[in-house]
Amino acid sequence: MVGALGRSLSRTRARLSDALRHLVPSQKPDEETLEALEEALIAADVGPTTALRLVENLRQAPVDDESPPERLRAAMLETLAKSKTEGNGPPDGRPQVILLVGVNGSGKTTTAAKLGARYVAQGRSVIFGAADTFRAAGVEQLEVWGARLDVSVIAHQPGGDPAAVVYDTCEAGRSRGINVVLIDTAGRLHTKDNLMAELSKIHRAAAKVIEGAPDEVWLVLDATTGQNGLRQAEEFLQHAGVTGLILAKLDGSAKGGVALAIAETLDLPIRFVGTGEGIDNLAPFDAEAYVDGLLGEDQ
Amino acid sequence: MFEHISQRLQRTLSMMRGVVRVDEASLGEALRDLRMALLEADVNFGVVKDFLAVVGERAQGQEVLDSLSPGQQVVKIVHEEMVKLLGGARVSLRLEGATPHVVMLVGLQGAGKTTTAAKLGHRLRCSGHSPLLASVDVHRPAAREQLAQMATSASLQAFEGDGDDPVDLARQAVEAARLNGRDVVVLDTAGRLHLDGTMMDEAAALVEALNPGDVVYVADSLAGQDAVNTVSVFGGRLPLTGTVLTKLDGDARGGVAMSIVAVTGLPILYVGVGERFEDLEPFHPDRIASRILGMGDILTLIEKAQDAVDVEKTADMEKRLREATFTFEDFREQMRQMNKIGSISKLFEMLPMGRGIDSKVLAPAEDDMRRFSAIIDSMTAEERCHPQTIDGSRRRRIAKGSGTRVQDVNQLLKQFNTARKLMRKLGRQRGNPLDMMRSAGFGP
Repeated sequence: MVGALGRSLSRTRARLSDALRHLVPSQKPDEETLEALEEALIAADVGPTTALRLVENLRQAPVDDESPPERLRAAMLETLAKSKTEGNGPPDGRPQVILLVGVNGSGKTTTAAKLGARYVAQGRSVIFGAADTFRAAGVEQLEVWGARLDVSVIAHQPGGDPAAVVYDTCEAGRSRGINVVLIDTAGRLHTKDNLMAELSKIHRAAAKVIEGAPDEVWLVLDATTGQNGLRQAEEFLQHAGVTGLILAKLDGSAKGGVALAIAETLDLPIRFVGTGEGIDNLAPFDAEAYVDGLLGEDQ
Repeated sequence: MFEHISQRLQRTLSMMRGVVRVDEASLGEALRDLRMALLEADVNFGVVKDFLAVVGERAQGQEVLDSLSPGQQVVKIVHEEMVKLLGGARVSLRLEGATPHVVMLVGLQGAGKTTTAAKLGHRLRCSGHSPLLASVDVHRPAAREQLAQMATSASLQAFEGDGDDPVDLARQAVEAARLNGRDVVVLDTAGRLHLDGTMMDEAAALVEALNPGDVVYVADSLAGQDAVNTVSVFGGRLPLTGTVLTKLDGDARGGVAMSIVAVTGLPILYVGVGERFEDLEPFHPDRIASRILGMGDILTLIEKAQDAVDVEKTADMEKRLREATFTFEDFREQMRQMNKIGSISKLFEMLPMGRGIDSKVLAPAEDDMRRFSAIIDSMTAEERCHPQTIDGSRRRRIAKGSGTRVQDVNQLLKQFNTARKLMRKLGRQRGNPLDMMRSAGFGP
């Protein structure tokens, strides 16, 4: 039972890379190849709608010098063009405030730690705000990382007001002349209106202390997420003003294809990818490598 | 997006219902829409392919040809096959082997194992067991702390051992359970990636040392196509006995359920539907089938309503409604019963067409309900029974006590009086009190 589908999956991948290799310029791709392509994109969680559209474009494309695989790659990279731009960057004379948001278990706290380590290594001073006052031991988890990285953590009592934590963290960041204020928020399903409204309040609390804050609001998205990821991004964008994505847990076998659909639909850049549990396992997003992964060319 | 697909599918299926002869074209279109719906629901594409092949074949078979309404028959086939695939009967934890039985939870990082451990513990205790929760997650910072805190707030026992060797910790936990007369150990393990050989070895070592009667794979219902790969690898290394599907209170369709069952044949034991300890429900194949197809979940709604509504009280209230002796006490009871069923948006979610309704549309109604509750709670018993005694100064006091404005109290009283008048008018007519409340301006 397990074997059959596993074989079918690897068959699809084999068929695809085979097909892609045999596709040459000035030749129309055959239906079987196109079908394999569509399946591979769906298997990578790009979603049936986007997959269908990409393949349809390929089917309609004129026969010319550009080979079909090149054309497909180019189309996908164009969708991701915004990911190549720089983010808002560190502001002058005040801390940069970064807010991490996402559903439960997507990897926010670990990502906060990794980002902290990254900025510390760059010689920037960091302070953590433990605004996850809901999850049992959510604060402790961040405190362990803070201790390991020698970064202070601003925390309140469990069950406290997360907006107050954000306020205090921004306040501490400003008065201590810190470079980066990194705020970890509680995981929340995007369908819970009251929890989403709480995010707007957190947003306002940051702006109250530091004008223009938060500078970045990153949605931490689990790379194994399916088509629901698009709904997540829509809701978090609306309530928290998301400015970019972090694709966590990309070291598994999932390809995180829904991020492509999100980038396309909501025009959001992908900033970082998480590639393991180690504190260093965070890398800036590499669009080429990501697209290769979606097309199964990394296997 | 889901709504769109779901609506299209509904249209196709209802069109099929009216079809007199199922021809290749109509069947082809229905299957194409079904394919999109299943893929949007994150059912694995391989599983979709196989599923549609079975449905397609049966749809062209004799049972449809002989049927008086072939279209209806096709719809029935889709639902039937899905329920068949998802497993017919309900399966519970095995709780096998020597006492204390060990229930070991495994899965990817962030799937929801620790929360599920606490929920399972709560459930086990409710069914007469005395569980011990034990975390052997020595990897994630504060993971053991998290389970201990959850246990405390759920009034459950958690094992807090020493050391950082998972097998050793697990043995200690089982020993502690034995000494304390606990009959089940719910073992929460570290999240691990199926590709991580060392971590998978660790899980295998735990199984070998403890020989657990239940090895439960915790699966995130938000997961996509890769879920089958993951569970296959876990199943290849560990003797899995069932799965728990988490985070089903998001709007994910839970196609993962279908993928996992199709690929592994493992029964789904429970689904997680919220952040409270009680929010772990038995799995019903027919209901998740409806959900995947976007057909709502009326059965659950009816069941919840039956659980929540006290028939005697309701009959009594109906009488008082008809006689227009209805008071705020009755109104409060009515709201309490409704709250037991769930929030308004949760109710709508379970209705076939309710899914398309934006929860934001319902939010004001929920706010009203909350405000009304607070206001009524701030009244004295006397005032609740005799609303006419609520004068200006009482209104100010009630507003202050409930954290609302005097206008809000006025609004409630006005609506209440309108409702009473309306009921007097409806007098002898029998009616659903809820409908009356609605026409009087309460609720959505």
